[in-house]
Amino acid sequence: MYNFDVEKPTSIADAVAALASDDEAQALGGGQTLIPTLKQRLASPSKLVSLSGVAEMQGVSTDGGVVSIGGATPHGVVAAEVAQSYPALAALAGNIGDPAVRNRGTIGGSLANNDPAACYPAAALASGATIVTNGREIAADDYFDGLFTTVLEEGEIVTQVRLPVPEAANYQKFVQPASRFALVGVFVAKFADGVRVAVTGASEDGVFRWSEAEAALSANFSADALDGLSVAADGMMADIHGSKAYRAHLIGVLTKRAVAAAA
Amino acid sequence: MTKVSMTVNGKAASGDAEGRTLLSSFLREELGFTGTHVGCDTSQCGACVVHVNGVAVKSCTMLAVEAEGAEVATIEGQAAPDGTLNTIQQAFQDHHGLQCGFCTPGMVMSTAALLKENPKPSEQEIREYLEGNICRCTGYHNIVKAIMAASGQDVSAIAAE
Repeated sequence: MYNFDVEKPTSIADAVAALASDDEAQALGGGQTLIPTLKQRLASPSKLVSLSGVAEMQGVSTDGGVVSIGGATPHGVVAAEVAQSYPALAALAGNIGDPAVRNRGTIGGSLANNDPAACYPAAALASGATIVTNGREIAADDYFDGLFTTVLEEGEIVTQVRLPVPEAANYQKFVQPASRFALVGVFVAKFADGVRVAVTGASEDGVFRWSEAEAALSANFSADALDGLSVAADGMMADIHGSKAYRAHLIGVLTKRAVAAAA
Repeated sequence: MTKVSMTVNGKAASGDAEGRTLLSSFLREELGFTGTHVGCDTSQCGACVVHVNGVAVKSCTMLAVEAEGAEVATIEGQAAPDGTLNTIQQAFQDHHGLQCGFCTPGMVMSTAALLKENPKPSEQEIREYLEGNICRCTGYHNIVKAIMAASGQDVSAIAAE
């Protein structure tokens, strides 16, 4: 790693100021992606602004059918705190990485990084979440912007994530066993006004909604409703672990499993 | 350089760290707690697991300056001062839960974290909890046995996989 300075603000305002004071500064969430990236010298910030000491970005609350999670809340805490209020989200959070990673990695970090194989983007998009930053509120539908890209501006921090709790939901993750990321992951969420299906790990453009499946499931929330539907292999990612066609196929399989588990 | 102070195994400890200094490096090279092993340095293997404020973390993937003021527990604090092994360590010895022993500090610290949240884990729960701890000797079977024994459970029922 190249060296850098570290600041540890205790408020969102101080964190924003610290990031604004230096063009080359970068926010540090739990560091479970950023620190390995720094070790490989794929990033060389002059300064890291650690968000783990910002108390107002910690914790989970549930109110009026919406789960609100502070941006610096680790996965392990989310898994424990939403077990009753949003079990599908708890299961997702409790299966990211491994226990030690879950004690450091944060929801805000995951959503800001937008790894194309990360789990949280699928939950946020399927839930119709609102991504709250230091300056604005962004609908999940408008937030993700391709591989490792979001609409966040330089120095903008994800301070909170608000997820409406569906009537029924399930996340199916086909685990890539070495990385523990999703080879493909599908989050199905059934709301009173329709079903949302978000797919991670598959597309070259990152997380996306499978609209044909949403239409079919909104009319009939059963795995059978997906018969005959498929996702085109064109535009899927391909690597040593799975071809485009394989990933496209997995989307159909996992969506059916998710519906069967949620129904 | 910044002066970083923390409590390690109940005693105050401090040393100098750069921004980039990892907690694992700080513990080993600055404070001399070389029981914490660095196996992969890529947060895969779990040999470097320590507890920070009561939860297990991979110390190779946390900055030392982020542990300022924290309560850190390492493998050195597991045995009694006179060297008597704790229940987990004794079970690892009794059930041959280590071969070369390189992964053992992380295995023991992860086990301690597991048994704190789940005092009687099932075999499946043990295997899932150790997802982030890799044994290069592939000695998982006896590690699982040791953890069953350390939690006061019958080890005879565990099937070899």
